[in-house]
Amino acid sequence: MDPLTERLLFARAQMGMSLAFHIVFAAAGVALPLLMVLSDLRYRRSGDADFLELSRKMAKGTAILFAVGAVSGTVLSFELGLLWPGFLGSFGELVGLAFSLEGFAFFIEAIFLGIYLYGRGRVSPTFHLFSGVMVALSGAASALFVTLVNAFMNSPAGFTLAADGTLTSADPVAAMLGPAALHEVLHTLLSCYQATAFAMLGIHAAALLKRRDSSFHRKALFQVALPVACLTALLQPLAGDLAAKRVAEHQPIKLAAMEAHFETARGVPLRLGGIADEERGEVRYALEVPRGLSFLAFGDFNAQVQGLRDFPRDRWPPVAPTHVAFELMVGAGTVMAMLSLVTLWLRLRKRLHLLSRRYLWALLLSSPLGVVAMEAGWLVTEWGRQPWVVTGALRTRDAVTPFPHLAAPFWIFTGVYLLLAVAVVALLWRQVRPTLSPQFRAAGPEAAH
Amino acid sequence: MPPLELMLAGVIGAALLLYLLFGGADFGGGVWDLLAAGPRKRAQRALIEDAIGPVWEVNHVWLIFVVVLLFSGFPRAFAAISVALHVPLTAFLLGVVFRGSAFTFRAYDSRSDSVQRRWGRLFSWASVISPVLLGMSVGALASGRIRVDGRVVSGGFFQPWLTPFAFSTGLLALTMVALLAAVYLSHETRDAELGDDFRFRALLCAGVLVLLSAVTFALSAAGAPVVYARLIGHRWAWPLFVGTALAGLGTFWSLLGGRSGWSRPLAAAWVSGIALGWMASQYPHWVVPDVTLTNAAARPATLELLLYVVAAGSVLLAPSLAALFRIFKAGRWGSHS
Ligand code: HDD
Ligand code: HEM
Ligand code: HEM
Repeated sequence: MDPLTERLLFARAQMGMSLAFHIVFAAAGVALPLLMVLSDLRYRRSGDADFLELSRKMAKGTAILFAVGAVSGTVLSFELGLLWPGFLGSFGELVGLAFSLEGFAFFIEAIFLGIYLYGRGRVSPTFHLFSGVMVALSGAASALFVTLVNAFMNSPAGFTLAADGTLTSADPVAAMLGPAALHEVLHTLLSCYQATAFAMLGIHAAALLKRRDSSFHRKALFQVALPVACLTALLQPLAGDLAAKRVAEHQPIKLAAMEAHFETARGVPLRLGGIADEERGEVRYALEVPRGLSFLAFGDFNAQVQGLRDFPRDRWPPVAPTHVAFELMVGAGTVMAMLSLVTLWLRLRKRLHLLSRRYLWALLLSSPLGVVAMEAGWLVTEWGRQPWVVTGALRTRDAVTPFPHLAAPFWIFTGVYLLLAVAVVALLWRQVRPTLSPQFRAAGPEAAH
Repeated sequence: MPPLELMLAGVIGAALLLYLLFGGADFGGGVWDLLAAGPRKRAQRALIEDAIGPVWEVNHVWLIFVVVLLFSGFPRAFAAISVALHVPLTAFLLGVVFRGSAFTFRAYDSRSDSVQRRWGRLFSWASVISPVLLGMSVGALASGRIRVDGRVVSGGFFQPWLTPFAFSTGLLALTMVALLAAVYLSHETRDAELGDDFRFRALLCAGVLVLLSAVTFALSAAGAPVVYARLIGHRWAWPLFVGTALAGLGTFWSLLGGRSGWSRPLAAAWVSGIALGWMASQYPHWVVPDVTLTNAAARPATLELLLYVVAAGSVLLAPSLAALFRIFKAGRWGSHS
């Protein structure tokens, strides 16, 4: 391997690994405060100690996840320079606005999380609740701002370039509000709540499978996690549809890679599944819905969809992985949406089967799908943008650092993150386990936490 | 009005100083966790944990803030620094990761003493190593050994920061954060004996800090000649020297006399004096001798926008920070002095 290719390989691997790690904690950091506040509100309304206990448990979980999110996020902000100095060296002044706003959101988030976690009993209940709301809001704001940066990378706006690649004009506000901003922000925020709510469903469904009579887990499941999960799972395909339409318009080559669509044509079918062969330009074993893609991408069964062959070969993203990741996201999203429809239907029929083993098993099995879809969706976005860091303006290979020994940090961070993942899972398990014992009773408000 | 890039650099400098005074002290807490000793070993560790718990994540954000403003306002400086200091910054990051996560895991993993000790050791060693690496990186920026020509950075990935001068700045940083932590901690407890433990440690650090300042100053003559020349040659140099020295003497006076209400602001002023001395003599360079405030700056319109964002954000930030510190710190401090 020549040195540039090797550096590129390890830099991409390290960036992707760090982001894939961070996003799990970031999503929890966005969504758990909301679930916590919901639980607090239920406690305030009903005085039911189970909800208080739940919000305490979630506060502990949040403290652990937030710390890991904060340190892995710090690593990322340095990695932008350590791995991609060419990116920020040229475009830093365009994306800096969003990142600076994100910086303030982090401050507010960390401040009120400190108050929320350590301040119960030291501040008035109303101020405590207010702090929780502030954490939820600023968490969403930080996700919003960082996603705007990503939207800029995908569909850049707000600048002009000289022939040598230097900026000749820069408008950071326009850069923040490019054509991908709206759909990415909507879709990403929903994904944070959806992934977290489904993961939480899994925990409480498992607990109920073990102890059907636990009122604590029943309330956590049905009154806190399930409403959020169902709502987001039903909205997400709509947001995804918007995303697909925007991508079709502004990043036609990404759409072609997502769908493994090689030849430009009209009335193009939607492919489900299948294995893409980049060399031969065909897809095997796929199920085809006639004219489906034309309709979904452009709202017209006969619309023309550009294929990969319309573009020079060196501009293609990695087709097969992008396609697989896209299928995975859509598949997972479909399953979760169906499950939500079933839930609504059962609800309407007066919860006849909500506590049935079969239903609980369905929840348990689908609980990882939110995280799976979120990770897969990010892979679609990031792979589908290649070979560009900033579409059409800066190639990934021109942005990578000249530092020659990138294998070492990649392996070190991979090892460290594995270790952290194991530790976090063990710690969270220790929060859940006591609630499974038959003696478990939610402590009243007077008990220390 | 001063030029835009100077104003934004001033904001970055101020944020870095706040990171040193607050975030630094949290690292210092880790140092004292490692060095906890004597009959009140457990109580020392518990005090450290209580003091850091609610605030370390907030204090840590100052660092993010510095990084973000640097790459937004001075993109070329950020790119050059990240390339030249890839190794120490990566090592520093590992320290940050272990410090933060191990601290939290220890606080929430109360199963057994041995597990607690293992997380504790990771937390405290990471707290020792991180400030040293950051201090060494600062030394490298001042040294003049990192050369930047357009996008090409030369001078080596190791040579600029593996020098006697950079080692001394690394140790200086460690001593400063340890001093701050000891001074703050001696003030955070109502237990007089525990307070004296940390007062004694603070005195030790203050002594070491005097020595190391002298050594670093001497080494800078050869190790960072440009900065050294500014440090002795400038108009502002002598007032700053005198002010810093007075704050240092005052710190000894307050620590020896047990006037703990005074030692906090005085030690902070002493440390700030040293940091400001470095910043002022580093000016107008980000990386001596090639990268300056002017040649690394973003367009004026961007700088102006960033300054507006900082101003608007501070309106939200200042009262929130004040509330946090009033809730967790004022109670104990207020009742003392
Ligand atoms: C819970 C997670 C989740 C679920 C159920 C879905 N997605 Fe998604 N998707 C994401 C989570 C996600 C994401 C958060 O990971 C991405 C990455 C970047 C972004 O904006 O959202 C994404 C990206 C993304 C993109 C690329 C956007 C771009 O690059 O600009 C498209 C076209 C879709 N999605 C389409 C869909 C469709 C049609 C879905 C139908 C079910 C769907 N997604 C479900
Ligand atoms: C958190 C969810 C995300 C995941 C899982 C993710 C994943 C990835 C992956 C796998 C790569 C390597 C792509 C390749 O070269 O094949 C990558 C690259 C990159 N990502 Fe993301 N990404 C995420 C979000 C973001 C966001 C929000 C930003 C913007 C700030 C961003 C900025 C970058 C940059 C700068 C690169 C390197 C350049 C490139 O490869 O194009 N990522 N990411
Ligand atoms: C879409 C992807 C991302 C989302 C939704 C997201 C969201 C968050 C959130 C909510 C936090 C707060 C900590 C927590 O809750 O665990 C956080 C922390 C952080 N993130 Fe991300 N992030 C994303 C990607 C990135 C990227 C690409 C970067 C860097 C370029 C980054 C930098 C940071 C930093 C520096 C922190 C630490 C802040 C602190 O100390 O409180 N994040 N992120």
